[in-house]
Amino acid sequence: MTAEPILTISGLNVDYGTGTSGVHALRDIDLTLHRGEVLGLAGESGSGKSTLAYAVTRLLSPPGVITGGDVHYHRPGAEPVDILALTPDELRAFRWQELSIVFQGAMNSLNPVHTVHSQLTDVLKAHRPDMRQADRTSRAGELLTLVGISADRLAAYPHQLSGGMRQRVMIAMALALEPEIVIMDEPTTALDVVMQRQILRKLVQLREQLSFSVVFITHDISLLIEFSDRIAIMYGGRIVEQAGAAEIYRDPRHPYSDGLLHSFPALHGPRRELTGIPGSPPHLSAMPAGCAFHPRCGKAFEPCSERVPVLAAPDTGQDREVACWLHH
Amino acid sequence: MTTEQTADVRTGTDVVLEARGVTKHFPVRRTAGDLLARRRRTVHAVDDVSLELRRGTVTALVGESGSGKSTVARLLAQLYPLTAGEIHLGGSAVKAGRGRSFRTYVKQVQLIFQDPFASLNPVHTVRYHLTRALKIHGRAGSGDAELETNLAALLERVQLTPPHQFLDKFPHELSGGQRQRVAIARALGADPQVLLADEPVSMLDVSIRLGVLNLLRDLKERLRLAILYITHDIASARYFADTTLVMYAGRLVEGGDSEQVTQHPAHPYTQLLIASAPDPDRVADEADQEETGSGEPPSLITPPAGCRFHPRCPKAMERCRTELPPRFGLADGQWAACWLYDGTSAQEAAK
Repeated sequence: MTAEPILTISGLNVDYGTGTSGVHALRDIDLTLHRGEVLGLAGESGSGKSTLAYAVTRLLSPPGVITGGDVHYHRPGAEPVDILALTPDELRAFRWQELSIVFQGAMNSLNPVHTVHSQLTDVLKAHRPDMRQADRTSRAGELLTLVGISADRLAAYPHQLSGGMRQRVMIAMALALEPEIVIMDEPTTALDVVMQRQILRKLVQLREQLSFSVVFITHDISLLIEFSDRIAIMYGGRIVEQAGAAEIYRDPRHPYSDGLLHSFPALHGPRRELTGIPGSPPHLSAMPAGCAFHPRCGKAFEPCSERVPVLAAPDTGQDREVACWLHH
Repeated sequence: MTTEQTADVRTGTDVVLEARGVTKHFPVRRTAGDLLARRRRTVHAVDDVSLELRRGTVTALVGESGSGKSTVARLLAQLYPLTAGEIHLGGSAVKAGRGRSFRTYVKQVQLIFQDPFASLNPVHTVRYHLTRALKIHGRAGSGDAELETNLAALLERVQLTPPHQFLDKFPHELSGGQRQRVAIARALGADPQVLLADEPVSMLDVSIRLGVLNLLRDLKERLRLAILYITHDIASARYFADTTLVMYAGRLVEGGDSEQVTQHPAHPYTQLLIASAPDPDRVADEADQEETGSGEPPSLITPPAGCRFHPRCPKAMERCRTELPPRFGLADGQWAACWLYDGTSAQEAAK
């Protein structure tokens, strides 16, 4: 990828709790989001993918603490901004203006006693105080149209909209200030496949129109392969592999990525026996030593249970990284 | 009641549980306006559903949320009274009320729920859950030693080995997959002939879903169970089920051999469902995708006349708006409730 970076995360560590009762939720995360790209973040529950989204947006609430690392936002043609060092005022201006987030189960995060109109204009009122009331209303209507809802639904209350429409309202709200980065944490998990595809297609169109970058978090790797440019796979609080979507699909290097890909039955092609991955994901408080995946890994050998593999290119000159002793 | 026939030899693929024209309407709370207009509104959750569960086969019921698939499972489990239609168990009509007749029914038809975090009591151990199931269904044996053997056998059957490691655990000490296995073991405690599995894996982590599905398939083969697999994931129906039924807005719209239904979907709704499922192989030809329809399922209080899919259907004809399509038989036992397949044009339209 030749595009310039827009968000760089380096050495990020997040703990839940401190002292002896603390657990490490994220460890040494290095990740770069490039301009205009859709970066997929895949992993099972407990792998730390949502924690990563919260940490990057500084939404992590106690007992979650960022214990190390940097997150930099690269404003076009300006000095990089250290997100972790922003003051509360700067942070308030930064959020939604530059980076917005669509939460998991977002369709339930609309306020039931306010209309869509008041919730959409509220965003504008907070960030564009000098905008006129009429302009705000027309902008809100524009936003709804953008996500494929007719503007006359502005007066509707959330309960008058279907789940898919509420989800699209949330996406409209995230795009209200034309941010550079949109983080989507399982944006379509609660929706049916038909609606999921409609929303994602819309999102792809919008990205082409408005050219923002997306971090797309989900456990459904087959969806990611279809919709993202690059995929990072997380396991036990670490990134275990990252590569282009097509490369991950054709040639996964980490045994976990391979197992994950073989956990989804295919809709086409030969019907084959699938096994999934034996065992279950580790608990954060009892993380195995060495590579966190080794107790479930069919290819584990001697160093795996002792030393943690680092995330590095498997062969020189490749634009992909894997953290596995098989490739180092 | 025909519960005395349970000792049947477990062979063949005869029909164990059958739904004939099963219908369920839920009343909607009446508003002042309804009272004035003397109107009683109902949610048409399930309309005229007929299906057969055969011994040693998995039948998948696929549909979006709100399509009525879970209601079908609850009706088959006799948790709700039917509005119309009949349920036949082992060849004769059954109407289980409460008390003893219900208990003899559930001894043969067991239900597994979606959420293993909610379906096990957090204050009781695995031993308690399983012992209770065995005792209620009279399979605990006489004496502690025999009970212990039966408990171990149940856990081994769901591949929780060694059993003594799991018997005295509480649900919170188990992973999601292990909990769902305990729920399955509890259902097997009744030694049922039919297992109704309502989205048994959708709450589990992706890497362990297949393990549970493979377990259910293994049980189907070894115990000759008839399994109803309710899911929204049509790809897993293809993988796991022998036959697949597709449900839309309370009605069955298509059915047949799983491979046939997923590879050559006949009903426009099934086609939409398959076109919408995530498919990594599609990456290459993203551009030339045809629009297969959009929109959302209708309100079931006032469902559309005629075919319930017609407002969203790209191939809707005049007739679809007024007349309800019956089942039209296609090749290889596949059928679709769609006017496209009426008469001779069936073969061309199926392509």
